[in-house]
Amino acid sequence: MGTRVGIDWRKLIVTIAMFAVSILFLLPFIWMLVTSFKVERDVFVYPIQWIPREWNAIQNYKEVWFGDYPFYLYYWNSVKVSILTTIISAMVSALAAYGFSKIRFAAGNWLFIIVLVTYMIPGQAILIPQFILYRNIGLFDNHFGLIMLGSFSVLGTFMLRQFFMGVHQEFIESAKIDGANHPRIFWSIALPLVKPAVATYAILRFIWTWNDYQNPLIFLRTDGLFTIPLAMQKFTSLSGEFYSLIMAAAVSAIFPLLIVFIIGQKSVIEGIALGGVKG
Amino acid sequence: MAQTMETMKKPGAQPTREDKSRGSLQRGENLWGIAFVSPMLIGVIILVLFPILATLVLGFADWNFVQGWDGIQWVGFQNFRQLLEDDMFIKSVRNNILFLLTVPVYMVISMTLAILIDRFVYMKGYFKVAYFMPYISNIVAVAVVWQVLFQPSYGPINEILRTLGMSNPPKWIADPNFALISIMLISIWISIGFNLIIYIAGLQSIPKDLYEAADIDGANGWTKFRRITLPLLSPTSFFLLVTGIISTFKVFDIIAVMTQGGPIGSTTMMVWYLYDTAFVNLKVGYASSIAAVLFGFVMLITLGQWAAQKKWVNY
Repeated sequence: MGTRVGIDWRKLIVTIAMFAVSILFLLPFIWMLVTSFKVERDVFVYPIQWIPREWNAIQNYKEVWFGDYPFYLYYWNSVKVSILTTIISAMVSALAAYGFSKIRFAAGNWLFIIVLVTYMIPGQAILIPQFILYRNIGLFDNHFGLIMLGSFSVLGTFMLRQFFMGVHQEFIESAKIDGANHPRIFWSIALPLVKPAVATYAILRFIWTWNDYQNPLIFLRTDGLFTIPLAMQKFTSLSGEFYSLIMAAAVSAIFPLLIVFIIGQKSVIEGIALGGVKG
Repeated sequence: MAQTMETMKKPGAQPTREDKSRGSLQRGENLWGIAFVSPMLIGVIILVLFPILATLVLGFADWNFVQGWDGIQWVGFQNFRQLLEDDMFIKSVRNNILFLLTVPVYMVISMTLAILIDRFVYMKGYFKVAYFMPYISNIVAVAVVWQVLFQPSYGPINEILRTLGMSNPPKWIADPNFALISIMLISIWISIGFNLIIYIAGLQSIPKDLYEAADIDGANGWTKFRRITLPLLSPTSFFLLVTGIISTFKVFDIIAVMTQGGPIGSTTMMVWYLYDTAFVNLKVGYASSIAAVLFGFVMLITLGQWAAQKKWVNY
């Protein structure tokens, strides 16, 4: 290709047009953020005030976080559930992925088919028996039960298995000749080689768990155990017309994910593109 | 998925005649194999496999949570017959089918945006993040914002429409005729980011020399799109079509947060109706039959996908 000198005008025009379209995707978030800074009576002033004429940011956020409704508690619940689910799910998936790709064992084929079949089952088709099971074994309405529900992701197994298959079998064989057993090989050879993939999966799992609304809705009852999405909804129904507060809660709910996403942006986008994965 | 099926055949194909030491080696491998996969396997069996069987069995029962185990009555196909005459269920299935329309719409938009972002813009990174924001955002927070934006009398969207001269803008999610369309629009808005990312990955895997060769032959942009981009993206499109269709059958969060199936049942969908029947009305047997139908739909699509893959997709 020839060397490019200066600005490609066609490209610039498309960029500007695309920027205009992208506003459509960002505007609701900008509105959310701006509204969370406003005093309530300014929320629906029209034309929309993109810069609040009266700032009420500190009071709004203080009210949401430390007012009648303890947002910090729900935050803690979400952090706890999301981190533990992520860790357990990544561990279980990585172990199974290694087992299915690097160990040649008798029933391996059949067991993998079982896992493959479960991948096609829509989560909602099994909610009722899961609910009954949970009520009977004492996992209903506690965080451990919720964490277990997100910890056995077949998707993670598939994703990581693809990467373990990329680890050369010679590495494994020569380590075996040197007397290493599978846990040792897994931990010090195979896992470090697929670390980026595990990280990608972990970020995705964290985002999905943080945003999960359906499982907490069905499997939690006690208010003090609620995660952010449930708390958010309850807050909305309680605060009724106080939209500035609701938006402050919404911003608080999205903010940590935004941070995770911006930090892990490359892995998230690559992971999604690579596995074509969906929560 | 196809790749996983092929590579599956390798392990386990062990020769049966081995000397003693190889035999004990293999026994060791068997034990380690089981040990590595068993946490996942046990979890999946207890939390997925057993429940799906239970769903299929409970579909033939008439049972209420509060009755206890003794209250189960086996009623054969009665639940399924009842479903065929249940207006709310039929409405749910109809809405699910209408919802399928979102899939081609967001696929076309995403493909267009992906091509523009991949080839014709500066600051690619910004665009990827901007369009991806709705996908990573908490659905409840997003739904609440849209609820306010769509507010009929003083919401910003209708204020803008009134300014533009529309004297009687629609009431959106409060209007039975517009509620489903409003939800579909929001769903399209959310889905574009994910599809866009997959399309960009698909575009990047198309060899650049194909376009260079086409340039030498004097092909214009449209021809290149028709003859190179579109066919070589067909595996991506096919994948997105199938996952998109399956995901429309799973729509729940947005309905639960924004409309609860209303107004007057205009936005009820299969999973919402399942939830409402099981966890609000506590009719476990009947809800299980809905779950079984849902499972059937998703299975049909998945099996159809395997059959169609070879035929439609240009590799």
